[in-house]
Amino acid sequence: MLYWGGTVRGLVRRPFRYWLIIEQIEHMGVKSVPIIALSSMAIGMIFALQMIALLRPFQAEVITGMAVAVSMARELAPVITTLMLIAKNGSAMSAEIGTMNVTEQIDAMETMSVDPVHYLAVPRIIAAVIVFPVLTLLANVIGVVGSYIIGVYVMNVESAAYLDQMFTGLTPIDVISGLIKAAVMGYIVALICTYMGFKAEGGAQGVGNTSTTAVVTSSVAILIADYVMASLMMGWYF
Amino acid sequence: MSAIITVSDVHKAFGSLVVLNGIHVTFEEGKVTTVIGQSGTGKSVLFKTMIGIMKPDHGEIWYRDTSVTRLSDIELIELRRSFGYAFQGAALFDSMTVGENIAFPLREVLGIRDRNEQRRRVSEMLEWIGLPGIEGKFPAELSGGMRKRVGVARSLVTKPDVLLFDEPTTGLDPVLGETINDLVVRVNKELGLTCILITHDIQASFRISDKIAFLHEGRIAEEGPPKEVAESNHPMVKKFIENSFSLLEV
Repeated sequence: MLYWGGTVRGLVRRPFRYWLIIEQIEHMGVKSVPIIALSSMAIGMIFALQMIALLRPFQAEVITGMAVAVSMARELAPVITTLMLIAKNGSAMSAEIGTMNVTEQIDAMETMSVDPVHYLAVPRIIAAVIVFPVLTLLANVIGVVGSYIIGVYVMNVESAAYLDQMFTGLTPIDVISGLIKAAVMGYIVALICTYMGFKAEGGAQGVGNTSTTAVVTSSVAILIADYVMASLMMGWYF
Repeated sequence: MSAIITVSDVHKAFGSLVVLNGIHVTFEEGKVTTVIGQSGTGKSVLFKTMIGIMKPDHGEIWYRDTSVTRLSDIELIELRRSFGYAFQGAALFDSMTVGENIAFPLREVLGIRDRNEQRRRVSEMLEWIGLPGIEGKFPAELSGGMRKRVGVARSLVTKPDVLLFDEPTTGLDPVLGETINDLVVRVNKELGLTCILITHDIQASFRISDKIAFLHEGRIAEEGPPKEVAESNHPMVKKFIENSFSLLEV
């Protein structure tokens, strides 16, 4: 709670180190585009393949586009994107801060009167809240493209009907709810992973253990948070 | 010379482990004072309480006329500008170059945003420690001795009044250790800074210090000029010094 309070205060406290936020956005966001594109494309393709196989006996395969688009927007894109970003950036965040901690770099900051939470954690948290929804949006688009390729070119579903069903079923609320989830998940992941970094002790093994704990804890936390948010949003929007 | 730092009856414990147990010691302005003692006797804890990173459980620490222990967090930030801290492992930020490491306190502590001014001061500092032109190197590309000197340069760049050295020669060969000891003397003589050291390098500490304080069981068991401490009758002090010098003879 104390750490959370420190990060909240850090959000509004000067100096605003915007260059560190930009650096983190580049590191977390731009460098994660290939892995997010690849994973969301694969999810979209696999999901389309399974849905068509399931719906074809009922001659309802045209609704695959809608099913994929809505599921991606509401659930799959934010969750898959977050899990991939935990693996790539969450562990890195924890290990980087953890290494700084065990090599006295954090102590050095404190002796220079620089608040390590403000300098190291706050820019990462802000960057995560920005980057996670943007990459989720990208995952949405690429996942739907993947499902379209499988549906239309591999499984021979009629293109116009596929797209018509997709655009009929998908609403802006579906997309927005997914983006809100992604932003909240980004906040949770960055908060947990940076906190774990500050808790690291005992050299290389300690840093390794802390990174593992950070990945596991944040993965479980986002799945719980997803369930809670899905339940709330079901009541509010859908 | 007057005392720049006075530690008065300071106690600090971590759970049941008592580290500082009513320590009294003064550090005089413009002098080199070395705190010696066995490992785990609370030397680093003493440093951290002196600059307000750790709060003592009891007792008071004075920096000139200011009670460090009564300062608020914001006032402590101001106070720490008077201190430099050279860490045992240098504690350089490994994601930054040497130049960025030294410029870090200029930007974050002194608020100097002008890149040209930062560059000028960094190169001036590197020149002074005898490592010109290494601004672009990363800490991983430097030897242990170079890293320690860059660590000292980073501590000095804000022009503090007191420089704390935490085991400055640990892990270095005798030649490099001597370079660091010479640097401590230069910091004291040329820049006029008060230098306070924690070290296990007993021979060097007797040579470069104006005063030695021996920490034992959370208290200062002996303090004074090196000659006086060397002649101490305190059994632990005697044993510690004899062992250090007999190692040299071997």
